[in-house]
Amino acid sequence: MAFDLETAEHPENLRRVAIEPLSRVEGHGKVTLLLDEANHVRQARLHIVEFRGFEKFVQGRPYWEIPVMVQRLCGICPVSHHLAACKALDQVVGARLTPSAEKLRRLMHYGQILQSHALHFFHLASPDLLFGFDSDVARRNIVGLVAEYPDLARQGVLLRKYGQEVIRLTAGKRVHGTGSVPGGVNKNLSRAEREALLKDAYQVIAWSRDAVHLVQRLFEQNLALYEEFGSFRAHGLSLIRADGAMDLYHGGLRARTLDGQTLFDHVDYDHYWDHIFEEVKPWSYMKFPYLRELGPETGWYRVGPLTRVNQCDFIPTPLADKERQAFLAHDGGRPAAATLGTHWARMIEMLHSAETIKDLLHDDDVSGDDLVTQGERQERGVGIIEAPRGTLIHHYRVDENDQVVRANLIVSTTHNNQAMNEAIRAVARKYLDGHELTEGLLNHIEVAIRAFDPCLSCATHAMGKMPLKVELVDAGGRVIGRITRSGDGSCA
Amino acid sequence: MTETFLLDGEEVLFAPGQTVLQAALAAGRYIPHLCYHPEFKPHGSCKVCTVKANGRFATACTLPAQAGLEVASAVEEVDDIRRTLVQMLFAEGNHFCPSCEKSGDCVLQALGYDLGVMTAGFRHLYPNRPVDASHPDILLDFNRCILCELCVRASCEVDGKCVFALSGRGIEKHLIVNSASGRLADTDVALTDKALDVCPVGVILVKRRGFAVPIGERRYDQSPISAQALADAPRPPAGSRPCAACEEGEE
Repeated sequence: MAFDLETAEHPENLRRVAIEPLSRVEGHGKVTLLLDEANHVRQARLHIVEFRGFEKFVQGRPYWEIPVMVQRLCGICPVSHHLAACKALDQVVGARLTPSAEKLRRLMHYGQILQSHALHFFHLASPDLLFGFDSDVARRNIVGLVAEYPDLARQGVLLRKYGQEVIRLTAGKRVHGTGSVPGGVNKNLSRAEREALLKDAYQVIAWSRDAVHLVQRLFEQNLALYEEFGSFRAHGLSLIRADGAMDLYHGGLRARTLDGQTLFDHVDYDHYWDHIFEEVKPWSYMKFPYLRELGPETGWYRVGPLTRVNQCDFIPTPLADKERQAFLAHDGGRPAAATLGTHWARMIEMLHSAETIKDLLHDDDVSGDDLVTQGERQERGVGIIEAPRGTLIHHYRVDENDQVVRANLIVSTTHNNQAMNEAIRAVARKYLDGHELTEGLLNHIEVAIRAFDPCLSCATHAMGKMPLKVELVDAGGRVIGRITRSGDGSCA
Repeated sequence: MTETFLLDGEEVLFAPGQTVLQAALAAGRYIPHLCYHPEFKPHGSCKVCTVKANGRFATACTLPAQAGLEVASAVEEVDDIRRTLVQMLFAEGNHFCPSCEKSGDCVLQALGYDLGVMTAGFRHLYPNRPVDASHPDILLDFNRCILCELCVRASCEVDGKCVFALSGRGIEKHLIVNSASGRLADTDVALTDKALDVCPVGVILVKRRGFAVPIGERRYDQSPISAQALADAPRPPAGSRPCAACEEGEE
């Protein structure tokens, strides 16, 4: 089926505008708009133009290699793929993790959430929010941020560095480590390593709380715009702990409909396919998942920080939970329903991660020696984790020779596919429809996409090297206008 | 009487019967090498230990040390040759270090780092080499084979089993398993075999052990290959008793 603005009735008579590649997002994607002669938007699509093929080329490989191989999907959240694969393979080796192994993995994971959220907010998103969506494009980037808000930029860099350091000490390397193995982990943390990390933990918590308050202030300064921009109602999907707490490492599946009703709750994710199904569309390499209970027409949903903060009953660390309550109560709950509210929710999660890291560093189990277990071998394993961008599913079938014969990966950004398309269509209707296009207006589309922090290819990040090229092409294919933004932000 | 030869202008003592490589390593002088293993008879197949001896290229692992020999090793001309040889090995197989469990323990990788190999330098051949996962405890990933023949020799000379062999010629040459089915499961290979210990790359792997050693504690995380080769040398050569299967084959 097609959604409003997904497919124009007579595309042959329409003018095509492409935003390609999207900038300040992870990986490569593009947006195409089809406009009629009066500049009314008739079609808006977010395309994912890369094809990765991991599900195919892991076939035949020994299962213990998979967590290290699949994390190469991404240079920003490799830990999420590393751990989701390990969780699936824990089931294959029949392991029940020791307390030390689980806590060390949690430490690695929350380090990952912290660094990824810091990177996204400070480096990628904050230039839009601090300078304005259509501000001078030469200044609207991390370099402009450093010049104008040096303390903030420094905090962003140091927060990310701290998260990376947590990852290094648990996984062996800042990017693409090997710390987690099927059935456990391969290293613990020494007391000296814990003390070194604890030295800065409280500063990291303080800066994270400041970041929450910064987003809150940005909202308050521009409440109407922030609440409305690219917003839409959506169902939500997330993991949830047995007691209803936010848990980004493990839990059951919770889905709520757009009017807040619980569709399913605490569902064992071993049979996720009973609830989640993927639809393929011919114009994108990214599939469109939907909730089976609701069907492909209305079953699309949103994952990630906004959904997680909204759907949990509480956050199990005090400072972050206080911020969650303030967020949900603010202005009658409207920011908590807004696309840009995702930034606020993301910073609350960053604060939660900082607090969780501090708590885990005080726990002697992370220095324990009982690191790996195994049990009765199974043919199949499913691992689900809440990655920085949302729910991440890894599913493997392993034969009697220990070779992977089938893999299915549903990454966070894939869950958000339809939601991101809805966001850009909402922006196109409101801000672009009937207007002469400018770089600033087109950036509105990207601002909406960036709220989701999409990892379009789950590929290695190329921040600062992503030029933006927009071409106006008439119905005959003739280029009638062009704006090019080079890697340094200058426009021609 | 002890005699000497010149290695990069400095005198190196040697005992009768030693090769240039053995004498150099025993004297604490590193010459890059790959297929040489101190416990096996020098073989000279990979050519990475190439040196210039009295103006002619020769493999240091097979070149007998001689009094008065002038050997050039740590010179750019020779290192260029070694670098190219290592690049060709990387291009010829499927060496995906990022997801290889031998990363950090791999002689080829360590040698690449030591020689400053930054790229494969040649178009990758991407050969199609399916893994043999038939054995319950041992995995063979032929993608990474560099045809050093250490497993062939260890299995024959030490284990007395001849589980492995090379087949084909030229670019088609490849490692095979010596069983009627061609599968490792149908051999009498055992986890205690010497052949399992000698693979310098990631072909012969004990199953379910991958990535058990954390980054920072792997062999070449500790010190570079040049230091470890010196620490390993010298060792007496292993006994070379041919197995029954080889003797039968020779008749």
